[in-house]
Amino acid sequence: MGLIPKFMLPSPLDVVRALMKEFYVLLGHTLVSLKESFIGLTLSMVFAFIMAITMDRYKLVHRAVYPLFIISQTIPVIAIAPLLVLWMGYGIAPKIFLIFLVCFFPIVIALLEGFKAADRDTIRLMRSMGATQNQILVHIKFPCALGGLFAGLKVSVSYAIIGAVIAEWLGGDKGLGVYMTRVRKSYAFDKMFAVILLISILSLLLMKGVSYIERKVTPWNNIKN
Amino acid sequence: MIKLETRGICKEYDDARIIEDINVQVNNEEIVALLGVSGVGKTTLFNIVSGVESPTKGQVFLKGEDITGKTGRISYMQQKDLLMPYKTILDNVTLPMLIRGYRKKEAREAASDYFRVFGLEGTQGKYPIQLSGGMKQRAAFLRSYLFSKEMMLLDEPFSALDTITKSSMHSWYLRIMSHVKSSTLFITHDIDEAIYLSDRIYILTGRPGKVTKEIIIDSKRERAEDFTTSDTFIHYKKVILAHIKETGYPYD
Repeated sequence: MGLIPKFMLPSPLDVVRALMKEFYVLLGHTLVSLKESFIGLTLSMVFAFIMAITMDRYKLVHRAVYPLFIISQTIPVIAIAPLLVLWMGYGIAPKIFLIFLVCFFPIVIALLEGFKAADRDTIRLMRSMGATQNQILVHIKFPCALGGLFAGLKVSVSYAIIGAVIAEWLGGDKGLGVYMTRVRKSYAFDKMFAVILLISILSLLLMKGVSYIERKVTPWNNIKN
Repeated sequence: MIKLETRGICKEYDDARIIEDINVQVNNEEIVALLGVSGVGKTTLFNIVSGVESPTKGQVFLKGEDITGKTGRISYMQQKDLLMPYKTILDNVTLPMLIRGYRKKEAREAASDYFRVFGLEGTQGKYPIQLSGGMKQRAAFLRSYLFSKEMMLLDEPFSALDTITKSSMHSWYLRIMSHVKSSTLFITHDIDEAIYLSDRIYILTGRPGKVTKEIIIDSKRERAEDFTTSDTFIHYKKVILAHIKETGYPYD
């Protein structure tokens, strides 16, 4: 229509063309962002498990920590990202830490809710059998939390990619966020939209990956009555 | 030989006495029913006998050993089958053995023979959602049996089933019990079920719940299908109903 100059809002065809042209450059940046996301997500999962189990077992810890988690979610990630770079430098550390911060909360909440949803009668049955706290966790609470955990993970994987990109905006030499900053400065809007498209595709693929793992890990949910 | 005995069991919650001075005995290979209306404290008593709760007063003995407040000694099957939907039937029934420290392979081997005996052949790899209500109860019963072959507590095990399935489960249960030689104390509020299945009945009435009558069912365990319409059966039913009416309902 000519209302907006083409260099500011490129056509979908231009975006796809830019994506194909820059494919190998983007691939290198993507691998870096994926690596950061993977490490951040893994760390957040490990700590979320430890924290959820501790909070479930010790009510005092739950009461002390839970409000802090809620408050922490009101702080915008984008506001603390520059601070992390100042404290930790331009390396991989602030990126991973930022991803950890955004992914930790949904996982820990999903686990806690799942633990709480475990059937009380089944727990009572296990207790009558002489089961320990750990056996109740392994055989009842953890399987009950799986549905919520995978729902939380689907949110977390997309958060992880977005967290990596935000952290990379602020510094570094590789990653999709670094690439975005560069193309923005050179007004290459077609490449800018290409990388946005790529981030969306990556998030969707990761969510699909989590759904696939969920189907494999929870085969009983795929059975039709 | 006395397998299970409770002596003077009392339980109070916030100064409200739920059950009082409960003395029951279960002899070797005997099926004993605890009959009472809802709210009389039957499940509270079972929680105490299984060790999940401690009594305010009294003791529980298993083969002469004081097991008051100790879990892991007597198997306890509740009203719902409580099979875990995320475990196969084989994993569900072997769970108590894993809790007791068996290795998975050992537990599976030990359980495999019983699938045929309990009429569960072919269900090992299935999930509970794939089984009918009756089959799920059988699996839950096998899980209880594998946990403790000596003494089982069954809390209204057939109450969730429809009338026809319940009737078929009753016959199945008596057949199984003649095979496995276990002792059972079971809760029911169904008078017919109590007479049909048990060797002895304790009637719990009042508030707090007390054992107010003991009835011995003088009939062979292998009961004919028309036992429920026989004069003997009707006689026991009349005696029980008269006693419950005489002692009053807990909410009167």
